[in-house]
Amino acid sequence: MTPAESRVWDPAELLPRDRLVELQLERLRGSVARAGITPFYDAALSRAGVAPGDIRTLGDLGRIPLTTKDDLRAHYPLGMLAVPRAEIARIHGSSGTTGKPTFVAYSHADMQVWSGLCARFLVAGGLRPDHLVHVAFGYGLFTGGFGLHQGIERVGAGIVPVAGGNTPRQVMLLRDLRPDVLVCTPSYALHIAEVARAVGDDPRGLGLSFGHFGGEPWTEEMRVEIERELGIQAFNNYGLSEVIGPGVSGECFARSGMHVAEDHFLVECLDPWTLEPVPDGDVGELVFTSLTKEAMPVLRYRTRDLASLDRSPCPCGRTGVRMSRVVGRSDDMFIVRGVNVFPSQIEEALLRVEGAAPHYVIEIARPGTLDEAVVRVEIRPRDFSDEMRQMVALRDRIDHEIHSITGIRMTIELVAPSTLGRSEGKARRVIDHRRAGSTGSA
Amino acid sequence: MKLTQLSLFLENRPGALRLPCQVLGQAGVDILSLSLADTQQFGILRLIVKDTERARKVLEEAGCVVKATDVLAVEVPDRAGGLADMLGAFEGSGLSIEYIYPLVAGHRGKTAVLLLRVEDPEKAAAMLAGRKVRVLSREEALEAVGA
Repeated sequence: MTPAESRVWDPAELLPRDRLVELQLERLRGSVARAGITPFYDAALSRAGVAPGDIRTLGDLGRIPLTTKDDLRAHYPLGMLAVPRAEIARIHGSSGTTGKPTFVAYSHADMQVWSGLCARFLVAGGLRPDHLVHVAFGYGLFTGGFGLHQGIERVGAGIVPVAGGNTPRQVMLLRDLRPDVLVCTPSYALHIAEVARAVGDDPRGLGLSFGHFGGEPWTEEMRVEIERELGIQAFNNYGLSEVIGPGVSGECFARSGMHVAEDHFLVECLDPWTLEPVPDGDVGELVFTSLTKEAMPVLRYRTRDLASLDRSPCPCGRTGVRMSRVVGRSDDMFIVRGVNVFPSQIEEALLRVEGAAPHYVIEIARPGTLDEAVVRVEIRPRDFSDEMRQMVALRDRIDHEIHSITGIRMTIELVAPSTLGRSEGKARRVIDHRRAGSTGSA
Repeated sequence: MKLTQLSLFLENRPGALRLPCQVLGQAGVDILSLSLADTQQFGILRLIVKDTERARKVLEEAGCVVKATDVLAVEVPDRAGGLADMLGAFEGSGLSIEYIYPLVAGHRGKTAVLLLRVEDPEKAAAMLAGRKVRVLSREEALEAVGA
């Protein structure tokens, strides 16, 4: 076994591309056939004039219509189910910001695939059976908690299933049980560090050696911050419940993109407006097609997540295409005075400013004829000054960084530490008052 | 020679000023003097209280961001030109004043006591003493305000 292989959970991760493509094509035909059992896909496929037998190459994928979140919502609760109810092993749901969640179902075989996919990225990021893992994801309909839990179990490592909430208690458990690995959202990792400090613990002294973070978009600057604050190595993973949950992709030791589990999902990167594929390296909306899912297959599901794809070989030996971190949401992107802005740009700006915490909320309104964006940013207690010029300088630095990254001026409001919400699931950072009833990101 | 001042960060929203005042009131802490600096988006409240440690504790427990800084209590003749004379002492000293606010006027008949926030309080106090400006001790300052 070479050193690279010793860190690979499933040999399928190393499949040569030509073998992988063969497998994908064979599985795609099966997946189209399975999806066709549902009234939704049956109608969509016949409208498009596509039968499973028409799929001759992967290029034929483009003939299949796209699926959106609204399509899934319209078939609430289980209209997209492709197996008899009796075969359901698990139901999860994605957090609907308004109204009802979107349910996803798993067969027993789906559960096996899912836990194996989580094991893949956990092992790629260094998880061994002798490790102890602190899981601070919510356990429930949210796929994060159970998904990671099952993956860790498959690897054979120990689990502290703390779930979300009561951060001082989480700090106590970290200090006393001394797990090796932290699993949560990136913003919650920073919150843990903040609370550890507040209760008098050195977050770097908790004994953690690495962490797997996901569930919300984050930036490279935030990774640096987490690694510095907690004294760990931070790995990124990606997934969404509609596709399977965590395990769709994850980073290896090279940490230059997340390997998509291409033997289970086809990934496309499309221009969100024209829906045409964008060249590798360009940012577009990720669209996934499940290849092996039984209970609820999805064909060309629009994730609204913006990222780019990299097909160049990876030093780790895995052959799965790498996706960049999610740089924004095609529906979260907001336009202020004609300029496209992503919340990740605000985050990047804040991380460049000493004294500003990467916790923020953006409110956009149109009081008159012009858009106005207000960014509320938390200050750090240690950087508070009684001198107005210091505080104004802090605000001006934030203003300057946001302007230099986004190209537009926003009003910066400083707010007290720990007053803006922290997410244990997904962060809600954009509040757009221009569209009545709209609440921003999911 | 020095007096401890507590500074609080205030968000720009209704009730932001009232909260710390209520907290201090419930704890029985009397505010001896205050100054409020504001911008459109946030403010800084600076307070002089008798029991600084207790005030700091209850404010922090209430979630306020508090910072303690030293200020000088300086006696100034309560007459036209009194302040200008005192400020004259700073000229050519290389020391600068960040801000000033009053602690009390009409003290000992004809003087006012001002609070000065300077970068280096020790140096400024020595400089003022050398130029015949009276810098009050903590006890004297508290006495001046009747606390």
